[in-house]
Amino acid sequence: MVKCTSILLFLWPQVYFWCMKYLEAIGKYFIMIWEVFKKPTKWPVMRSLILKEIDELIFGSLGIIIFISFFIGGVVTIQTALNLNNPLIPKSLIGFATRQSVILEFAPTFTSIIMAGKVGSYITSSIGTMKVTEQIDALEVMGVNSVNYLVFPKIIAMLAYPFAVAIAMYVGILGGWIAGAFGGYAPSGEFIKGLQLDFIPFHITYSFIKTVVFAFIIATIPSFHGLYMKGGALEVGKASTTAFVWTSVVIIITNYILTQLMLG
Amino acid sequence: MIEVENIHKSFGDAHILKGVSTTFEDGKTNLVIGQSGSGKTVFLKCLLGLFEPEEGNICYNGQFYSELSGDQRRDLRQEMGMVFQGSALFDSMTVEGNVMFPLNMFTNQSKGEMQDRVDFVLERVNLIDAHKKFPSEISGGMQKRVAIARAIVMNPKYLFCDEPNSGLDPKTAILIDNLIQEITKEYNITTVINTHDMNSVMEIGEKIIFLKDGYKEWEGTNKEIFKTDNEAVTNFVYSSELFKKVRQMYIEERN
Repeated sequence: MVKCTSILLFLWPQVYFWCMKYLEAIGKYFIMIWEVFKKPTKWPVMRSLILKEIDELIFGSLGIIIFISFFIGGVVTIQTALNLNNPLIPKSLIGFATRQSVILEFAPTFTSIIMAGKVGSYITSSIGTMKVTEQIDALEVMGVNSVNYLVFPKIIAMLAYPFAVAIAMYVGILGGWIAGAFGGYAPSGEFIKGLQLDFIPFHITYSFIKTVVFAFIIATIPSFHGLYMKGGALEVGKASTTAFVWTSVVIIITNYILTQLMLG
Repeated sequence: MIEVENIHKSFGDAHILKGVSTTFEDGKTNLVIGQSGSGKTVFLKCLLGLFEPEEGNICYNGQFYSELSGDQRRDLRQEMGMVFQGSALFDSMTVEGNVMFPLNMFTNQSKGEMQDRVDFVLERVNLIDAHKKFPSEISGGMQKRVAIARAIVMNPKYLFCDEPNSGLDPKTAILIDNLIQEITKEYNITTVINTHDMNSVMEIGEKIIFLKDGYKEWEGTNKEIFKTDNEAVTNFVYSSELFKKVRQMYIEERN
């Protein structure tokens, strides 16, 4: 008992320090979000920034999203087929399982984790480099709200992210159908029958609601890590890694909470 | 004119500025010198409004910064130009884009008017054929000129320069110094320069403030710095043998 108490007393300052550190970071994050919507940049300037960000963040990611979705859909189909050995279970269930997995989880959540790596590290490193080279100070000195100028266009651009996820859903199911039909795991007709089985439109709504929330997370958490980083080039790299870790953690926790709220 | 009254600034337990007071007049190149860690950059960032002093006042042409609202502060910042140590040019924009940026953000000028103004200031800093180049494609001296052009494009009342000569060869450094002084006189700007460069001190130091450990240790002109008996100043300014000899010659010549 005495030993346990002394360990707790030893650990308490460290726990307190870490708790305060994370609470401070969370507080700063919400202050940043508030700053994003204050003193907006002139619309003609903002419009061109938004279009540039849509090109960089969304169109620039479509290739990797399509590639990953296609193969993930294929793998889901193969694994489902290999686990359904019982001849009493209809082959159409393979299509059904692929559709449900892709629409509910793989397209919105898995793609978002990939985007947290690709887009998130791009956002953190670009803003972090601007911070290191005093470009953000230059914006502030000119009287520009640097947080609005840099983060707001990214948030708006990421509103187009559900379109990318819709493509991921389509390509994922297509990949599953090709793997099932041409790999000999499920006849094409059975697979398509499974795709149409017990379709609940709310699942699409649920998926897109999740996607919009993830889009906001992917735009803001990496921006926060870029804006509040300290140090030089090496720290920009570290900030990108930290941003990816925290974006993924927040996406996974939010995914659980939203699923519980909407489907639970 | 900028009047600084007894400003204090701390970061945690570190007391960086300990009651600095001075006045920077229009049309003069005012230099802030001191060793690394003496508080020069913090002092400059207080003047720019990036840091808020805990005590004391900074007054810009009769307006106390602490009494201004958020919008008034942003308006005041649009009257300031800043040349950063590393130039701080936006590397995704061309030279022209960098200089046009403040006009794009804060004026309603037409494309043609903005282009004319950009051409004028780039010509003023002797950069004629670099419009379409990116900052990474031009030399350090040219980057400094672009930074000066961007700082003066909005006709500022105040110009701040943080070590404008760092990383430049002596000849280019003198050109940049002279350019800043010419622009200061031409547009009657209040210019404040943070520097370590003793050539700048001797060449353009119409008013010099020496900071030591957060205090204002000495204040004078480039003529007076030769005569001063202040040990901290002489130790700092005449730390090289060359400058010691120059000072000796100056004193002997006067005697």
